[in-house]
Amino acid sequence: MDKRFIYADNAATTAVSEEVLAAMLPHFREGYGNASSIYKLGRDAQRAVEDAREKVAKALGADTREIFFTSCGSESDNWAIKGTAELMAKKGKKHIITSVFEHHAVLHTTQYLEKKGFEVTYIPVSDKGLIDPEDVKNAIREDTALVTIMYANNEIGTIQPIDEIAAICHEKGVLFHTDAVQAVGHIEIDVHKQGIDMLSLSGHKIHAQKGIGALYVRKGIALPNLIHGGGQERGKRAGTENVPAIVGLGTAIEAATRDIAGKNAVITPRRNRLIDGILKLPYTRLNGDRDKRLAGNLNISIEGIEGESLLLMLDMNGICASSGSACTSGSLDPSHVLLALGLRHEVAHGSMRLSIEEDVTDEDVDYILEVVPRVVERLRDMSPVWEKMMKGEKYE
Amino acid sequence: MLYSEKVLDHFSNPRNVGEIEDADGVGEIGNAKCGDIMKMYLKIDDNVITDAKFKTFGCGAAVATSSMATELIKGKSIDDALKLTNQAVVEALDGLPAVKVHCSVLAEQAVRSALSDYYTRQGIDPVPIVGEIKEPEE
Repeated sequence: MDKRFIYADNAATTAVSEEVLAAMLPHFREGYGNASSIYKLGRDAQRAVEDAREKVAKALGADTREIFFTSCGSESDNWAIKGTAELMAKKGKKHIITSVFEHHAVLHTTQYLEKKGFEVTYIPVSDKGLIDPEDVKNAIREDTALVTIMYANNEIGTIQPIDEIAAICHEKGVLFHTDAVQAVGHIEIDVHKQGIDMLSLSGHKIHAQKGIGALYVRKGIALPNLIHGGGQERGKRAGTENVPAIVGLGTAIEAATRDIAGKNAVITPRRNRLIDGILKLPYTRLNGDRDKRLAGNLNISIEGIEGESLLLMLDMNGICASSGSACTSGSLDPSHVLLALGLRHEVAHGSMRLSIEEDVTDEDVDYILEVVPRVVERLRDMSPVWEKMMKGEKYE
Repeated sequence: MLYSEKVLDHFSNPRNVGEIEDADGVGEIGNAKCGDIMKMYLKIDDNVITDAKFKTFGCGAAVATSSMATELIKGKSIDDALKLTNQAVVEALDGLPAVKVHCSVLAEQAVRSALSDYYTRQGIDPVPIVGEIKEPEE
């Protein structure tokens, strides 16, 4: 098969779509007004921002007044968690519940709050990468300020029982936030029906540009202001609106949520073929539950090899993928997500994540299934770990 | 991760990959837990390293530094091989990202570990000649 270029890392970021770019372009050179200005140029900009807000609200089943634009998913997470902590601390509630395998935007924020005197409970996950709502229920205390659990995991794509967790939080009168950066556009979401109090999302995961995100905050939650300044975002998050990016996010979320079931029906069989094809290799395992996962995600550990080498070789063959190996993160520890599933360090080092969308065709799947075994064999051939495994020796 | 062209070249076309069946010295360094293991095989004739081969489990830099280290010691005397520093490996590869410099240390230690094995096989205490082998920190 001839060399192809296949982008299979959509969980890392996505390309800005034609539709999004076309919507954004008029707001750079012609419609450049400040949305706070009184004249028509400004009013047009404000209208564009409010139009985008409506699209975001509609996609989430929220009211427009519940949507705040931010610069990214991490900002939304930080604001929701630190803001709620500040709000609830006044009522003497200084306990937060989250899970061990959240994105670092959540984990590093809760760790920061621990230093500020908050107590944090980290809920474990099953070996399939799923949280048991009962664990959340049992962790809730009188002084619990917030439960924050991700909607879908960024590495293994497992979808958490958000409805059950939200219901438990409601019953106990605890606020519930979810980091839905990986879920938006891939799973049907209705924040009001689901009882979600706060939700973070990011634009660049759904074909908007990098540097735009949003936070949904249910009406009635007096989240403290994040950026003090002018009256933008109703004074909660000051700073001149990034009109083109906001417009892009509106267009992107509308497109991403237009036909989620239809998209997933195309992606899932291709993803499953990738899983089955790669799992034919000996000493491999699928990380995360096979069914309760994002349609385009697969995460497989391949023993005897190291992830970064694998990614470099895939790159040489035109395939963009990612790994939970330590070497790709710049630290000595492999992915905290894979370790949370109970994987040994050496198995976690050899993991590979592919996150595909509809543009990855059946022929692309064939190509990946031709390249991966070849590359794995090559790396295993030069691996002393694989040599020992084949001799039946221990290599830990 | 910004790798130099030379690192990518030595990664995609590693020199001297494999084993030497009747090696005179074999060294292994690192552990799978921290993500890098290098195994080095040396053929030594009259104090000269006539052949060197390696097997590596690790990242791109680990493979490239192993490859470069074998290139730098092949045909050299043991004395010269013992003078090989990780810095020399880094320079020969036109540099390494800061977080990957430890891979070059592993490559240097893998050579020392194989030479240490060579002396041990001869019934000679390797420590005064080769020094202590430094295992990477976990």
